[in-house]
Amino acid sequence: MFAYVVRRLIAAIPVLIIASFLAYALVALSGDPLEPLKLRNPPAPPRTIELETQRLGLDDNIFARYGHWLWGVLHGNFGESVQSSYDIGANLARSSVVTLRLVFVAMLLALVLAVLTGVLSAVRQYSKFDYTTTFLGFVFLAMPSFWIAIVLKDFAVRYNKATGTTVFYTIGETSQNYENLSAFGKFADVAGHLVLPTISLALISYAAWSRYQRAAMLEVLNSDYVRLARAKGLTWRKVLVKHVLRTALIPLVTVTALDIAAILGGAVITETVFNWNGLGRMLLTGVSRADTNAVAGWLLLAGLVVIAFNVIADVLYAVLDPRIRHD
Amino acid sequence: MTSTLPVTPPSVVRERTQSEMVLRRFRRHRAAVTSLILFLLVVLFAYVGPLLWTYTFTDITDDLSQPPSLTHPFGTDLIGHDTMAQVMRGTQQSLKIALAIALIGTVLGSLWGAIAGLYRGRWDFLMMRIVDVILTLPTIAVAAAVAAQGVGGSQWWSIAIILGALTWPYVSRVVRGVVLSLREQEFIEAARALGAGNARIILRHLLPNALGAITVTATLTIATGILGEAALSFLGVGVQAPDTSLGLLVSINRDAVNTRPWLFYFPGLFIILIALTINFIGDGLRDAFDPKQTRVRP
Repeated sequence: MFAYVVRRLIAAIPVLIIASFLAYALVALSGDPLEPLKLRNPPAPPRTIELETQRLGLDDNIFARYGHWLWGVLHGNFGESVQSSYDIGANLARSSVVTLRLVFVAMLLALVLAVLTGVLSAVRQYSKFDYTTTFLGFVFLAMPSFWIAIVLKDFAVRYNKATGTTVFYTIGETSQNYENLSAFGKFADVAGHLVLPTISLALISYAAWSRYQRAAMLEVLNSDYVRLARAKGLTWRKVLVKHVLRTALIPLVTVTALDIAAILGGAVITETVFNWNGLGRMLLTGVSRADTNAVAGWLLLAGLVVIAFNVIADVLYAVLDPRIRHD
Repeated sequence: MTSTLPVTPPSVVRERTQSEMVLRRFRRHRAAVTSLILFLLVVLFAYVGPLLWTYTFTDITDDLSQPPSLTHPFGTDLIGHDTMAQVMRGTQQSLKIALAIALIGTVLGSLWGAIAGLYRGRWDFLMMRIVDVILTLPTIAVAAAVAAQGVGGSQWWSIAIILGALTWPYVSRVVRGVVLSLREQEFIEAARALGAGNARIILRHLLPNALGAITVTATLTIATGILGEAALSFLGVGVQAPDTSLGLLVSINRDAVNTRPWLFYFPGLFIILIALTINFIGDGLRDAFDPKQTRVRP
């Protein structure tokens, strides 16, 4: 199993390199970071522009620039930012802690809810519960993530105002006085700020995943080996948990791994609504400055996360499906 | 004289064509049929509505920040725009972009997937690794990075091209999967044994059988396209004023959700209505194209 994971990670290296080159080239070729400087009124002195061009290495061709950048990244240096005081590496590290926290919790919530509703609506197919959750699933699937987030935020603000309390935090990833809180206070503060963004981010994945879980459950429930297990006299509960659920989780693992990139994208939007200072703001700032190094570093990190999740998914397959052995 | 029994002509049962059966099965899916009607009404609202409605989306009336009324069914905004006229225009632009995304994604993705699936081997490996590469990157982030640089002057088609170029890998995976399993099936083997060439197999056997999956995926791509455009416009890198789209309308009115909710909710409800109906239509099509689907729905 360990050897398999190592092999998978090595196989992912070319994918990551090509993906990061594509990302780098796209950003580098689509915009000029010195445009604001050149269009400034009064115009910036030619010497300044020349120095900036040199500092950012804009003279080189795209392959040399990418090679230089990649070499730096491998040595822990994410390159110069358009804003010379901006430390790309440090910002990536700080923001990813903030954002991945949100992504993990939201995924966990979405998975638990999806499995629960998927199982219940398959076992009670065509019941009121099944119809209600199916319809709600379709509705959530049709909602833009920022729309859900804004509506939730509005309800929270109204509730806070009506009760004169701050039950729900609607702005930022932590409170202003975060640094002065006790260890437990810090945890509670982070958790409190996570509630609304997590729900908004989780609802969309939940909608899709519960549909998959329901379909997978139905397929297994109607299979011959489940009938056999029942015929052998196993209890319904035992059949359901050991035979049906375990098999029916496999498609969900695939879908979850496939959706990681989309969830990261969704987190960018959710964070924007709740004024978080995480990967979302970092991406949008980098994008607005045409900051190639920052955006490419961001996308490289995103690619790493996506690949890591796919490897985890492959390991989970082996755990769930005894026919799969990674050796 | 032997009397022959009168030969009664067999009761004429005309063979149903494939498309007739698909249509019959689709019509049984009530949610899908209702959704199709609703969707067509939205299309009419967006494209015929502006011809009949008093105001255009650029008109500035004297009614500022009015809640919904008979003169302004969806209310007005701070500078007097009629929200219904704006929603009509926004729906037009959003639909146009979503359809273009679906078209680009489906054509590119189907070709890519079909070629990879048919040729297998080294080409398949290479082509699918390219798909992996694109799927590794969050669509919204890449689209935002490119769109923010104002490539193509943020025209509606530039947004469609960017999102379409990031959508086709999903389609190609589906189509490749279908082609891979089809090419191994007995009826393809039988056709080959009867002497059918590659072209005939592709045109008469593979494509008609993959058409269902392609149609369903294309339909669902419209829904993701609507949501993708909305997300880009929300981040400020999609459709730009003075033009408008549903995503942009929700975005610029996000702070009005508490004080002038009509500005925020009407365009948002249209996004949801379009995505919801498209998803139901896709669901109905999936069932309709599935030949194993014989169960009569309750």
